[in-house]
Amino acid sequence: MVPARSLAVTPGSLTTTDFPWIIEHREERCTLCGHCTAVCPKGAIRLAHLRQRLPKLELFSNKRGSEYRTFTGIRQETDPAKLCIGCGMCAMVCPNEAIGPVAGTNENRTVFFDNRKGEPLKRGGRRNVSGPTLLDRMLFTRISMLTDPALDAGRHEFSTTTTIGRILSPEAFLERTLRGEWIPPTRDIFPFVIGSMSFGALSPNMWLGLLQGVAYCNEVLGLPVVMCTGEGGCPPWVLRSPYLKYIVLQIASGYFGWDEIIRAIPEMQCEPAAIEIKYGQGAKPGDGGLLMWFKVSKLIARLRGVPEGVDLPSPPVHQTLYSIEESVMKMIQTMSMAFGHKVPVYPKISASTSAKAVLNNLVRNPYAAGLMIDGIDGGTGAAYNVSMDATGHPIASCVRDCYLDLTAQGKQNEIPIFAAGGIGKNGNVAQNGMAMIMLGASAVHIGKYVMQAAAGCLGNEKNRCNVCNLGICPKGITSQNAKLYRRLDPDKVAERLAETFMSINTEMKKIMAPLGRSQSLPIGMSDAIGIADKAAAERLQISYVC
Amino acid sequence: MCRLALKTANEPFSPYEVLTAMEAMQEGYDGSGLGLLLRGIEFEDFRYNPLFPILSGIAHTEKAWHRVTEYMESRGYELKYDHRFAMKPELIDADDRFRYFMRAYRMPKEFRDRSHNERESELLRTRLALRKLGRDEDKVTVFSFYPDVAMIKEVGWPLQIGDALCLHDGQIKSRVCMAQGRQNTNYGINLYACHPFFIQGIATMTNGENTAFVPIRDWLEGTKFPGYVGYQSDSEVFTHILHYTLKKLNLPLQAYKHIITPLSTSELDRHPQGEFLRGLRQVCRRLIIDGPNAVIGTLADETCLLVMDQKKLRPAMVGGRDGVWAIASEVCGVDALVPDRDQALDFQPMREHTVIIPPHRKELEIWSQHDPLPLPLAA
Repeated sequence: MVPARSLAVTPGSLTTTDFPWIIEHREERCTLCGHCTAVCPKGAIRLAHLRQRLPKLELFSNKRGSEYRTFTGIRQETDPAKLCIGCGMCAMVCPNEAIGPVAGTNENRTVFFDNRKGEPLKRGGRRNVSGPTLLDRMLFTRISMLTDPALDAGRHEFSTTTTIGRILSPEAFLERTLRGEWIPPTRDIFPFVIGSMSFGALSPNMWLGLLQGVAYCNEVLGLPVVMCTGEGGCPPWVLRSPYLKYIVLQIASGYFGWDEIIRAIPEMQCEPAAIEIKYGQGAKPGDGGLLMWFKVSKLIARLRGVPEGVDLPSPPVHQTLYSIEESVMKMIQTMSMAFGHKVPVYPKISASTSAKAVLNNLVRNPYAAGLMIDGIDGGTGAAYNVSMDATGHPIASCVRDCYLDLTAQGKQNEIPIFAAGGIGKNGNVAQNGMAMIMLGASAVHIGKYVMQAAAGCLGNEKNRCNVCNLGICPKGITSQNAKLYRRLDPDKVAERLAETFMSINTEMKKIMAPLGRSQSLPIGMSDAIGIADKAAAERLQISYVC
Repeated sequence: MCRLALKTANEPFSPYEVLTAMEAMQEGYDGSGLGLLLRGIEFEDFRYNPLFPILSGIAHTEKAWHRVTEYMESRGYELKYDHRFAMKPELIDADDRFRYFMRAYRMPKEFRDRSHNERESELLRTRLALRKLGRDEDKVTVFSFYPDVAMIKEVGWPLQIGDALCLHDGQIKSRVCMAQGRQNTNYGINLYACHPFFIQGIATMTNGENTAFVPIRDWLEGTKFPGYVGYQSDSEVFTHILHYTLKKLNLPLQAYKHIITPLSTSELDRHPQGEFLRGLRQVCRRLIIDGPNAVIGTLADETCLLVMDQKKLRPAMVGGRDGVWAIASEVCGVDALVPDRDQALDFQPMREHTVIIPPHRKELEIWSQHDPLPLPLAA
């Protein structure tokens, strides 16, 4: 046996079988073109020069008995810093099907080294829990049969829009109309909103593609889709364009980009769809936004009004605020006033057992235009793994509690609740969204799903890829490196986005038609849903079916 | 699917006429219930003062009956007339019907000079209190308590119920009579689930299923108005929405249609009061119905109305002549109620129409949602 000292074994030494993703390389097919090693975002594979001994028995010669062959091949790095993330870009570019990652079946030992240099794992994506979500298990059970001739999803007219903004009670509306008083602004929007993903978290091409797609949905398809900027401002040309009406501007605790926005107000051609004040986020409750220095390019720095190449961690809370009362008083009213009381202003919070307290506060404020609640399955561009995996509250019961609370007060039509966090996690976006709507949400926000559907984001809940935070997105969706984001064609993103929303719209009708609903979105139609889980049914006050 | 019939005439007529018309439409119901509402009432043996509220209902046992009479006395109501049905109890399927009552009262002294609203709300509170009076073993069912309105609801075949209560004997006549023959659908057989539904002078009956029932019910209950209770049938919300429109929002009858089936955004863009109506649609969004429904209603001034849902119209038509009009689910129903009319003038409303038979009964008003709303504030 070889003495251990002669082997380079350190505490961090691992072999490929310890890895979550193992590169399989078929040497006989490889042409050594080098595409795979060039495209790998992590440098997880390298061109290796290898030597092989060919033992030879030479009985009648003084020569030594071995010959050597040298050859080249693709090998996986075993340094945890260069861990394969399973994105599969190597397989995508290989002309000869010679290479690709496969999921490791052994235990993943790299998790024990996610704390190198004393830094816990930070990543992008969402909570790494796979399998059907609670929303996936919801069934639409109240089908109108014989007592009510079915609707035709393909031919009948359907009203599939929802309202963003504070809605008055009918009595107050009539009274204010008579007196010519202020009526809070509202917008009719498509109930699937592109959730807040910042210009900075997303690459310029991705952002542009989304905006193009949103404009197409509105102006050509007649679907009033809106998108939220996330924290980090909005490109100045967009602020001064007629497309601003499709955009929800977000203000968060770092206030990034708001110099630019405030300066643009006098030159705006139209009002933004709404203002979202972010107090919390489902993926990392109690934590602020985080744009890591890799992604703070010259463009992003200009937009956000910061130096290039520095980490941009937003504080967990708005520093000027001490309490919800104050935040309602100060921020919502101030933002409403800044836009001449013509733009709905609503807060976004992480789902939490305290969400009802926030909601009840908003009910009493006439300027609050809704409440956006983001659940634990929400995605993010960068966060600590522990925040993403273990901190937060699932969305369904949180929104349901809030809705029932509003119902008890007779206010369910006045403050719309928007829900986010895991809608479409397994691809069932329309089903998940409609189930949320029937539980009481007025609309849902989708972010990760949009990246996956419109731009082919490779991330999943088995921790595939999920390197949005590092700026090395192999698809160019979340990178600020021009070499990477040029891979993404904004026109193609726009096309996919339009396809996605057309299909959501059709699926919504396919869900509504058998329920006999077409005139209004079935918000709070909890008699229409059931679940084969007694505890969940009881908790959500819906029917248990089996 | 149920069958509905309404007749309104200047000359009071027997409710049995309407039951006969129901017979013409007998394929449409299964005998799981009958509801009758009479307005503009005349009793053969009593000169009825139409200001006296009439209490209609059923006391299921003798004990329950005593509880009702005692309660009314203790609340200060003075009995003016107690109608006795010439009963044939063998024709009634149920065996727990001690007494059908239809009694006219004089309001308690302290309410005689009060405003109309205060008197109405006292009547409502009394009706709700009576509803709660019943116990499991001594049930009380109360249908209405209002001046010049009487109601009967029973489980069974409509004509047979009419025979059981001897409604053909001419003891009761009315200028307006609404009847519904029930086809039991997804809710259990319950007397309170029979149409028409009544609240403070407003009554409606419906044909069809209301798929948006639960969100509408939740919203109405959230208003905390004491009368918005019950909901043994999904159709009860139509009555309450009409009540909310007229009494709580003080909007004209035409606004009802804009609330239950608002126009689409593109239609409102072309409407002279589009902006107001868009706002109304938004604030009343939880009251949007999703049919198929035909809603037939009557108001305290004997106005009758008929509206449809937005899409899957349930059958209903209106026909008649000066002085006599009928609304029924089928043309044979209208034929039976007003045979001597010009059939060419029969009308079947479409999604945008509200058919109104005004109290003078001279002619129909057919009002379209695309017409300007008769409302100063909407201008």
